[in-house]
Amino acid sequence: MSTALFDEPGPRARRRIRIATVAGTLAALALLALAVRQFAANGQLDAARWQPYATWPMWRYLLTGLWSTALAAVVSAALAMALGLVLALGRLSRHRLLRVPAAAYVEVVRTIPALLLVYVVLFALPKYGLDLPLFWKLVVPLSVSNAAAFAEIFRAGIRSIERGQGEAGLAVGLTHGQTMRLIVLPQAARRVLPSIVSQSVGLLKDTALGFVVSYAELLYSGKVLAAYNGYLIQTYLVVALVYLVVNASLSKLARTLEARRRAAPAIPRTRRRFARA
Amino acid sequence: MSVLLDHLPELWQGLLVTFQLTAASFLGAAVLGVLVTALRVSPVRVLRALGTAYVETFQNLPLLVLLVLAFFGLPEIGIKADLRVTAIAVIAVYEAAYIGEALRSGVNSVAKGQGEAARAIGLTFGQSLRHVILPQALRTVVQPIGNIFIALTMNTALAAAVGVVDLTAAANRVNLLEAQPIPIFVGAGAAYALIAACAGFVTGRLERRLAILR
Repeated sequence: MSTALFDEPGPRARRRIRIATVAGTLAALALLALAVRQFAANGQLDAARWQPYATWPMWRYLLTGLWSTALAAVVSAALAMALGLVLALGRLSRHRLLRVPAAAYVEVVRTIPALLLVYVVLFALPKYGLDLPLFWKLVVPLSVSNAAAFAEIFRAGIRSIERGQGEAGLAVGLTHGQTMRLIVLPQAARRVLPSIVSQSVGLLKDTALGFVVSYAELLYSGKVLAAYNGYLIQTYLVVALVYLVVNASLSKLARTLEARRRAAPAIPRTRRRFARA
Repeated sequence: MSVLLDHLPELWQGLLVTFQLTAASFLGAAVLGVLVTALRVSPVRVLRALGTAYVETFQNLPLLVLLVLAFFGLPEIGIKADLRVTAIAVIAVYEAAYIGEALRSGVNSVAKGQGEAARAIGLTFGQSLRHVILPQALRTVVQPIGNIFIALTMNTALAAAVGVVDLTAAANRVNLLEAQPIPIFVGAGAAYALIAACAGFVTGRLERRLAILR
């Protein structure tokens, strides 16, 4: 395999690669051994501390938490996408009155931490007589903040559609609204699907803020569990593992969709403005 | 408005902590991210696999889960550190996965022929990296890295959820004291927006300066 950095390896390079393979494996094993030693030295490897996580009631409890996570994520994603679509259309509108507020929303909200929004919903809104149920205390701030991200994804998708498509729609006598709805949006939706899925992974990660809201999603369930049985590191490691499995599967789906999209007829790439980090 | 002025010292202290968290963890993430990129583009399969595992793990775990794990879990295995140091380390480790991905896509965006040409005229690996590959790779990653920086700034707020008194936590405390949420939260939000605006301005300038027309 030749890349911009390396040629096909010759005999000497192959020898070096073998050495690096051994060294790399040893370094990884050493790190692992260090971690295990640290766990063992503090008695965290005792079977009694891990055994509860092999029982069904434990998993039923954690899966209930995961279900709440999924529920919050799906509802926030739906709301954020709906709002995001409106914002994207607003930003691309011919009317200044729609364009400016939509742009302002996106530019401002994308720089405000989700936790700050959560605090606003938790501590500011009740003062003005708006005390939402727990579920909505998590979903509302997540929808507000992710709507900006979805808006940018949709906007990039709509703009990536060749001009001729919209012009053809107008030429056959469709109105602007009809052109958008019947011609541009269906094609744009297909193009941005991978970005939507990976943004949804980000949103699912954000639902961990339920920890702050005390909404019983996965991480908060872990907190309650750890407070109950006192096995902090075990509980949070298991919770992390569940998140990892779910999110890695979704990320894999996003990559598969992206690969399929690329295999389809050549389509200009759109630049993504949102780094999920 | 006066509530902001009354509590300026606390809020200012919080803003300083946010700056500190942002700067230190970005630096750490940059160093680690370069390492991860080196692993992921190396010709050694084991190292590539390690790099991929790192990126996959940290991109798919919520930062808050990592913070909670570090804050409550690490002391259990005998690793005790200052709250702020722990937060910086965790954020750096987390964001390094994103920086590593951005850098890798930068390196991958350099045409294969560029590297082949560099080697053909006899440049060593270090020379071709320094004079040919990196200058082209870094140009394409200015914007993504800028976005990661903004995301990182916002993510430092999560440290407030585990007890670090940064800007978000300071704003929350002042609000609990004064019960005037609008000026306080708007002020804090404006501070974050300002940091992001500065970052956006700098990356915009950098990108324009580095851009080459082909």
